[in-house]
Order: sequence, then structure tokens, then C-alpha cells
Amino acid sequence: MTAAFLTGADTRTEVPLKRRLKQAERARQIKALALVLPLLLFLLFTFAGPIAGMLWRSVDDREVRQALPQTVVALASWDGKDLPDEKAYAALASDILAARTSGTIAIAAKRLNYALNGFRTILTSTARNLKAMPEPGTAKEALGKINLAWRERTTWTTIKDASGPMTGFYLLAALDLTRNVDGAIVAAPPDQAIYRNVFARTFIISLSVTALCLILGFPVAYLLATLPPGRSNLLMIFVLLPFWTSLLVRTCAWIVLLQSKGVVNDSLHWLGIIDEPLRLIYNRFGVCVAMTHVLLPFMILPLYSSMKAISPAYMRAAASLGAPPVTAFLRIYLPQTLPGIGAGSLLVFILALGYYITPALVGGAADQMISYFIALYTTETANWGLASALGAVLLLATLLLALVYGKLVHGQQVTGGMKN
Amino acid sequence: MLKRKTGKIALGFAAAFSASAALATVAQARDLTVVSWGGAYQDAQKKVYFEPFKKAAGAPMNDESWDGGVGVLRAKVQGGAATWDVVQVESDELAVGCEEGLFEKMDYSRIGGEAAYMPPSVNPCGVGAIVYDFVLGYDKDRLKDAPTGWADFFDTRKIPGKRALRQGPKTTLEIALMADGVAPKDVYKVLATDEGVERAFKKLDTIKSDIVWWKAGAQPPQLLASGEVAMTSVYNGRIDTANKNEKKNFGMVWDGALFTLDSWVILKGSPNKDAAYKFLDFAGKAENQSKLSENIAYGTSNKDAAARLQPAILKDLPTAPDNIKNAVEINVAFWLENIDRLTERFNKWAAK
Repeated sequence: MTAAFLTGADTRTEVPLKRRLKQAERARQIKALALVLPLLLFLLFTFAGPIAGMLWRSVDDREVRQALPQTVVALASWDGKDLPDEKAYAALASDILAARTSGTIAIAAKRLNYALNGFRTILTSTARNLKAMPEPGTAKEALGKINLAWRERTTWTTIKDASGPMTGFYLLAALDLTRNVDGAIVAAPPDQAIYRNVFARTFIISLSVTALCLILGFPVAYLLATLPPGRSNLLMIFVLLPFWTSLLVRTCAWIVLLQSKGVVNDSLHWLGIIDEPLRLIYNRFGVCVAMTHVLLPFMILPLYSSMKAISPAYMRAAASLGAPPVTAFLRIYLPQTLPGIGAGSLLVFILALGYYITPALVGGAADQMISYFIALYTTETANWGLASALGAVLLLATLLLALVYGKLVHGQQVTGGMKN
Repeated sequence: MLKRKTGKIALGFAAAFSASAALATVAQARDLTVVSWGGAYQDAQKKVYFEPFKKAAGAPMNDESWDGGVGVLRAKVQGGAATWDVVQVESDELAVGCEEGLFEKMDYSRIGGEAAYMPPSVNPCGVGAIVYDFVLGYDKDRLKDAPTGWADFFDTRKIPGKRALRQGPKTTLEIALMADGVAPKDVYKVLATDEGVERAFKKLDTIKSDIVWWKAGAQPPQLLASGEVAMTSVYNGRIDTANKNEKKNFGMVWDGALFTLDSWVILKGSPNKDAAYKFLDFAGKAENQSKLSENIAYGTSNKDAAARLQPAILKDLPTAPDNIKNAVEINVAFWLENIDRLTERFNKWAAK
């Protein structure tokens, strides 16, 4: 070793130390990458890929283009001012005749029906009644006879708007917006404008549940962190047991407790506090109660871990320096629990945003959150464009919130109060 | 029908979006897989269709259950990972899936010919399996005067207490119109007009604060049993099962009931088409179908099945002449055209 050390510099070509360091560093990086590669690939395939696919579906718009290719080409040069010319009518007639045999007409009809209610009938009845290609020059007249809708400008602008290959239609609809006949973005008709309201409802419920969890969870976490280990472990089991119980079981338990002839109402009635049963379920109150119960452990655990790290000596020091208990709590204790409050609140809030089963079972018709609509359009009506657009808006809002949270805690101590 | 539309939807949702990225499994040789609605209904099917078919055909088969939703079938077929062959679907799933080309065209020559089945159950993409109703259900032990129809359902003075309806516009708007005096045969004519929709929502307004909305077929019997509601819309089979198995004393009103069909379809590209047809032929025979009605109170699609039943059993079936007399068939075409618009409208109304 020493001999080599003494002679090495003369016998071997000099490799600069910097480069050797770099090589060693790169080897380490490759090893680290190889270690996380399986997980990375797994996440790409099962998480990032499907999410990207979902986002893509919210702008993908190729159904009409595939079913009515000639019409889409013919309308590309149409200015949308008056009815299109004979060429477009002839293209449509020939497209319909071709699509009728291949079965794509219904898929296009479904897509057009989202934009203009009744389009399904217009297209399918035209396909049924158009026996053969009209004579050259008479297509406009023939189609207008089969269905009056072909004499309306909106019928044609709807096809033009849906020509694809990409569209903002679904994303606009998810924000209660639509394009009018002239292509300007305007508010959706009042009886269709529901999604802003549903998003607001989703955020309000999530915020209320987060606030309730914080108010209820903070004292419990404090108790857990300050009790002697034996008793705090017992208490911890009480926190964790519901945490390990199925969500569905806990939600159904709330139904049994809160229904009009349930445990709570019967007890109050027996005590003579009420004559008529209170409405505690199938409304907003029930949703907030059940969701708070389900999400409480997600608040308590981060709070507990941040409080556990706070030395009791700090509060004693504050007291010996003459701070009243409230001041000591507000100036010394509370600031050190902020990371726990932040983490717990963010966790509860983001989990609450996506809640589906609990509001579905204990909420009324006006308490369904956005995930209910996403599920409805995904499985029931198979309107995947709108389902994806609603999901995309929710994802974006959640990411923004996470970013704001990141900005807020940035530069704060996130080490549980240990100043280093 | 017998759907438990909670919890599993999350799975369906996940499946729908992961199917696009899922590694498509190659359709390999596997046993015939038949998919139905689970619960008491699938138990009855096991008893009268699946097990006897296995014995008769000497071939293995699996049965699975699902919660419905054409989106699920679309994901299965388009994802190229369809592990199902024969699926029982509702009428709207049949119509949309047929248009989207998710099902094989039904070859009636291999299942006893079109003439063997009742006309409404014959479809180019599928063959009828059962007929069932949404009826007005109530608990005889709790109500002194039995309701006679949907008008009583909306009359909170005559019969106090809360009511339950299925969340969403489908079935709800029809029920509201019938309660408002529209004859069953005219319901969809009225509902097709803007005034008709207005009228339905106006009628719903009158008991808005007394309605509990249910989402899964299992909920209405529970709501009745717990006394949470006085009356509810409910699948007729659920009432029958609660009376038979749980010794309940629930009543049904057939007048103004909404009936619909479920059908068997063969998923596009199924590697087990021959076995699938053999199974459908077996499940289409009158002697086998009549056994199903003996086990669960649903009507079936074969023309000769009802004739084999005891009068005592027939009187509780949707297909009994007295029960179907004043019933309305749920109009699939109407709902395909209007479901999105009216769902939005319904939720707007609910949030007010």
C-alpha cells in the first residue's frame, strides 16, 4: 500500500483526482437509479401513464372526424355565417350513407348530442330515412326535407365545433362555459351550469372537515404527546383502531347512529330533550360528521409527531421568564406545532377533496361532491370527455393548493421545532 | 336491479382509466366466464342456470358479478383485456354498447330462434334475460292505510313521513308526472316537452324536503325496515326477497310501476363464443327460465316460461297480466338522448 503510494505517481498515467471523483460519483448515482428503477417504472405505468391518458381524454375529440370525414373537410372552409353550400350537404349525405353500414354514426351522434341536445335523433333519423345518395345539386333540399334541423345554422356550427382533433368543449363545460353560435365563449345555460357550484361545494365540505379535524384533533394529539408512555399507547390504540377499520363499515355505523329512529335520536327522545327526531343524516351535517370521523387519524398522527419533538423545558422556561400560560402557548408552543398542523391539514384536505362513498351514503342530493359526478360520467353515461375534464380541473386545483402550501411553509422550520 | 352501486364503482373507475395503460393480456384459452349482478339474484341463477349447465354441457364455467356501467364494458373491450364472455346488462348499457360495437351480433338461430322470445327481449346485440319493475314499496306494519299509487306517494297529509327515490332524473321524473295525473302511457310524450320537465320538477318541489335519495338497490329495503321512510321506489325483487328471507311485511303497488329488461350479451372478441351460445341456449329454454322465477320474483324472456308457473308464483311477477296492465316501460331512447342534460338539470334543482 505505502509502496504503491510512493511509486504509483511515477508508474501509472496520472488520472486527475477530480475525474476519479466524478467517476465514483456517477457509479453511485447509477447504483441509486438502479435501486429505484423498478418503483419508478411501476409508477410510470400505473400512475403517471393513466393520469396522462385521462388528461388527454379531456381534449381528445375524434369521434365526429372519424364518422363524417368528408363533412369535416367541407366545413373547414365554411365561415359559419349562413347555411353551408351544396357541397357540404352532399358530403354529409355521402358520409351518413357510408357510416350507417360501419356503425360509427351512433358514436358521432352521441358526441354531438353533448353539445346540442336532440342531435342523436337528428342524425339517427336522417340515417334511417336517407335511402340513397341524392341527385347532384339536390342534397341540400333532400336533407332539409328529412329533418328541419339541417336548415338551422346551429346544427352545422355544432358539427364544425366538434370537428376535432382536439377540443376545449369538455374543459369549458366543466367550468360552466360554452361556445355560442358565433364561437365566442359564454356562460352555459342556467339549467346546465352546475359544476362551479359542485366544485365550490367540494371545497367547502373539505375545508369544514379539515377545520373540524384540527379543532378535535389538536387536544387529543397534545394529550397523546404529553401522557406517560403506558397510557399514551393505550390512547393511541383508540386512535388507530378506527383508522384500521373499513371506511364502508364506519360510514354505515354513522347511518345506524344518526337516522331518525337511530341511537342518537332515540336517546334524545328518551331523555325528553326532543319530541320530533332531528334530521342528522342525508344532509350536510351527516356528511361532515362522518367524514371528520373517518379522517381524524390523518390529522392526529402528524400533529402527535410534531408535538412529541417539543421539549417540555421550553414551556417551563417561558413560565420562569414570566409569560402567562396563554402567551407561552401562543408564542412558544403553537409555532413549533405549525409543521404538524400544516401537514395534517393538507393531508386531510386533499383526501377529503376526492371523497365519494361517504357523501354518497350519508349525504343528500345537494351534498354530492365532484367525485360522484366523475364516477357517474365514467361508468353510467360513458361521457369520458366530461369525466376527464372534471378530473383535470380537480387535479389542477389540488396541485395549486399544494404549491401554495409549499410556498407558505418554505423557509419555515420543518424539523419539528428542533433549531439546528 | 340488484346493484350495489357503491364502493365497487371506485374500482370500476380505476379500471376504466388504467385499462388504457394496462398491459393487454393476450386472449388465451380460458373457461367461459358469465357475469351477472351478484346478491340473491346471482345465487338463484347459480342454482337454475350455472350449475345445471355445467352438468349438462360437461364443460367448466366461471361466474363473476359486476355493478353495471357501460364505461366498464368499454374499458374491458377497448383495453383488450376482456376476461368476460357473457354479461348481463341493463337496457341502456345494451343500447349504447350495441352502438359502440362492444358486443357480438346475436345469432338467434343458435339460441332457439327469435320466435321463442317475447318481442321486447329480442335485440340485434343481446337477448332478454329478465323483466323487473320499479314499484312503490311500503311497510304494511307501519302504515295504517296502504298507498294506492304515486299520487299518495306525494301526499304527505294523507300519509306522513319521508319518502325515498332513486337519486338522479331517471325514474324520478316519470314518477312525478304520474303522481301529477299523467297517464302511464303518456309519460314520455309529456316528458319530451320542456313544459313536461317543468311540471315534473314542480311536483317534486312539493315534497322536496321530505325526500331521501337512494343510490344502490340494497338501500330502499333498509330505509323501510329502519322506519326512516314511509314509502320508497324499489326494485320488486328486493321487496320479495325481504319478505321471504327476512320475514318482513312489505307491500308493493304495481299500478304505475316502471318496468325494464335486462339482457345477456356476448362481449366483442370473446374467445369462447361457442360455449357462450350453448349457455344462452340453455338459459333461454322455458323449462329453465320458469325455475328462475320460482326462486326470485322476476319475469323472464321466453314466451312459454310463464305458462309453466303456479298461479301463486305468477301473481307476484312483473310479467303477470294484472301487474303489467298499468306499467310503463322505461324508454331507453329517451334517456340516451336526455340523460346528461336532465342529470345536470336535476342536480341544479337539488342544489337549490
